[in-house]
Parts: sequence; structure tokens; C-alpha cells
Amino acid sequence: MEDLSGFQLKMDGNTHPMVSFRKERKAYGALVVLDDRDLDVASGEMVSVIGPSGAGKTTVLRMLMTLEKINGGVIYVDGNPLTHMEKGGKLVLAHDKHLRARRSDIGMCFQHFNLFPHMTAIQNCMEGPVQVLGLSKAEARDRGEELLELVGMVDKKDQHPSRLSGGQQQRVAIARALAMRPKVMLFDEVTSALDPEVIGEVTNVIRKLVSEHNLTMLMVTHQMGFARDISDRVCFFYGGKIEEQGPPAELFGNPQRERTQQFLSAVKEAI
Amino acid sequence: MFDWQFEDEWFPKIDWRWDYTWEILPRLLEATGHTLVFALAQRSQSRVLTFVVREFVEFVRSTPLLLQIFFIFYVGPQFGITLSPWVSGMIAIGLHYSCYLSEVYRGGLDSVPKGQWEAAIALNMTTAQPYRRQIIPQAIPPAIPGLGNYLIGIFKDTPMLSVIGVAELVHTANAIGSETWRYLEAYTIVGLIFLALSLPAAVIIRAFEGFVRRKLGM
Repeated sequence: MEDLSGFQLKMDGNTHPMVSFRKERKAYGALVVLDDRDLDVASGEMVSVIGPSGAGKTTVLRMLMTLEKINGGVIYVDGNPLTHMEKGGKLVLAHDKHLRARRSDIGMCFQHFNLFPHMTAIQNCMEGPVQVLGLSKAEARDRGEELLELVGMVDKKDQHPSRLSGGQQQRVAIARALAMRPKVMLFDEVTSALDPEVIGEVTNVIRKLVSEHNLTMLMVTHQMGFARDISDRVCFFYGGKIEEQGPPAELFGNPQRERTQQFLSAVKEAI
Repeated sequence: MFDWQFEDEWFPKIDWRWDYTWEILPRLLEATGHTLVFALAQRSQSRVLTFVVREFVEFVRSTPLLLQIFFIFYVGPQFGITLSPWVSGMIAIGLHYSCYLSEVYRGGLDSVPKGQWEAAIALNMTTAQPYRRQIIPQAIPPAIPGLGNYLIGIFKDTPMLSVIGVAELVHTANAIGSETWRYLEAYTIVGLIFLALSLPAAVIIRAFEGFVRRKLGM
């Protein structure tokens, strides 16, 4: 049993970060993918995560979305523990009900979109609001159409995903996640499965979200140029740890650590 | 050789028992629905439930239907459970095929990509909601051909019930054959009746699959 007495039951005041990983640890058997990691994301901040595969980039997002169980440490969202809950003045591992209550602030987009194939674009966007938030169909439809408009997909709202291109599907997936009105949006390699010529239509939507909406965003990406353009901060993950982090201009322009330099020059060569 | 007079003479005398047929059709549909529960139980978080259901399904699938029919009909009364041939037969066939059908469903459920679950969790759904809204609707179309096979199989296995005296088609043909010594005609007609019902059923099932897939936009 892990000793959690050093962790706060609740973060104080108004100054707490929107998302806070505290000594987060994740292992699959003997393979440790995340080790003792601390990472804070401030409200409204856009943080990009880069690094070689196997560095635990995606795992960070998946744990925040509660798709993976945490093996150590605590994750806080908006000041309250997500992975744990208070019981008799102590933190214990959260049960499903607590996870559901806390993760309502978080939305996620996936590499392979994961749209519901038996539903049209608008039905995909209405599914969460109707089934989970209890909105009426009319309200959910209005909200869905508004968001499909935002991502430029309103004219395809009655199409099933099988009739849409990858870029179009990913834009619908972004609208679907936004329909839940999350405070935190997670983008997990959302352009990695796309053909090069449609990457722009997805990155443009994310740009728009950054400039027009006060969302906290955490993005795992291989698009270095894009990460450099829109992030407030970039984290370079290596071997389960944050090797280096900082404003994009500094991290890309003048990386301090050898691993970062190697990674960035390898990526540059690939282009 | 083949006595064409035979039909004219015997057809009117056959007790067709359409009431059985009408009774069995809705039962079949109902059973295909119930069977889904077996498949879902094997995905339950309760290890005990999963184990019990899985072993039960394996047991039933690994023993002959004929033995199960005999068992329910003849062994039941020793424990005070006396059932009519018809009811015993329905229970045996129902049980036997529900175990096969549940495997078809299980295959369908497993074929739904994991990403669908993750998307549902990301929309903050409960555990039950994605089953109802995403997983089962997507699991059914790929399962339909397999379900159809077994439904036709059930139909073709009903002659097994003649061993406990259910007066189904083959049983009736036997009776007529022994009475008239015209086995060729009696069995041929029964064969044609089976064919006449099974072939359209296969076509209907195929059409139904297409209909469901279109309906779900897949």
C-alpha cells in the first residue's frame, strides 16, 4: 500500500493549476513507463508533449482520462484529486463513481478518431450531451450544430463516419468532445493517422480553439512546427521522465539537454 | 416407382400442427435475444459469474443434443420434474443452441474495437451505457450470418425430438411410411418441406443483415 499522507486532500485557493500530476507513476508489470513525474498545467494553458515513442507521452493523457489506472502518485484536476478520493481524512484510490464525477471536466480526442460508426456526425455530437448530461435532443442538436459549425463540418452533419475523410472525422471527433463542455481537452496524436494534405484542417481547428476559447489543453504530437506555433509550453519526455520543458522558442531554439538536442536533430533530419 | 397419387391421398390427412410452428418462431427470436445475456455474462467483472457461465456453455456445447434431450425427458421425472415431450424438447434445443448462439454474440462483441469503449469513457458514460448505445448495436450486424446459420440449424434439428415422441415432420413421415409402406414419398415430401422453409429463411437472413447494416450506416 502506497503512503499517500504527503499528498494534499485538496489544493488551496484560486491559484492551483487546472491539472496537476504529483509523483505520478505507471508501470506495466516490470516496465515502468512513467516514473515519479510531476507536471502542472495552468488554467487556459496549452502544453505540448513531444518525445520518442515509449516515453510515456500518450500514457499521461490516458491516465488523465482515467483510461489507465495509476500505480503511484495522485492526479489533481481543478484542485481536487481525480485518481483518489478522501475517506476519513486520507486519500484512497477512487472508485468508478468518483472517477465519473471528476472526469466530467476532461475531454479527449484520439489518434484514430473513435467516432461511433453507426451514428451520423450530429448524432455522435449529441450522444454525450443526451446520454450523460441529460440534455433534451433539441438542445443537444443545437449545441452539436454550433460545434460542427466551429469545426467546419456542419454541411456533413448527417453523414456517417464511413463517408468522411480522416480529417473530417477528426474534426467531428473534436466537436463531439467539445459538446461535453470540458475544461481540459486532451489531444492524443490527433494528426498522426491523417494523410499529410488534411493535417492542416485539423490543426487549424485546434489553433482556433487556442485563440478563441479559454480551454486548458494537453497535446501529444509529432508535428514539431505546430507544437512550436501554438503551445505556451513544450515538454520533452524521455524514458518516463520529463527531460526538459520550457517555452517553445527556448526548447526548440536552444535545447539544454543532450537528449533533447539528439531528438530534435533526429526529427529535423526526418523532414 | 414414385406414386404421385400418394400426395393427393395423404396430404389432407396430415395433421400439420401449424400452431407449433407459430409458437416456435417468436420463441426463437426471443431466445436469440436472451442468449445475448450469456455472452454479456462472460464479459462481466465478476469472475465467478464469468467462470460459471463459460463452463456451462462449454459443457453444453461439448455434449450431444440427443443425450440432452433424453436427459431432460427421462431423467427429469426421477427428480420429480415431469415434462411433456414438447416442453422437454424445447428446453433441450433451446439450451443447446443458446450456448452456440452466445458464442456467436461473443465473437460479435469482441469484434467491436477497444477505441469505442475509450470514446464512451471520454464522454463520461457509465459502464452499462456503452453496451446499450455503442457496443451491442455494432456487435449485432457481424453476428447475423452466424445467428442465421444456427436458427436454420435449430429448425433442421427438430427431427431429433421424434426420439421422445414429438410428432414433428419426420415423426409423421415415419408413421405414414409404416402405415402405407410408401417411405420414398413420405421422406421426399418431408425433405422438400424442409428445403422450402430453409432456403427462403437463408435469403431472408441475408436481406435482414443488409437492412441492419444500412440502418446503422455501416
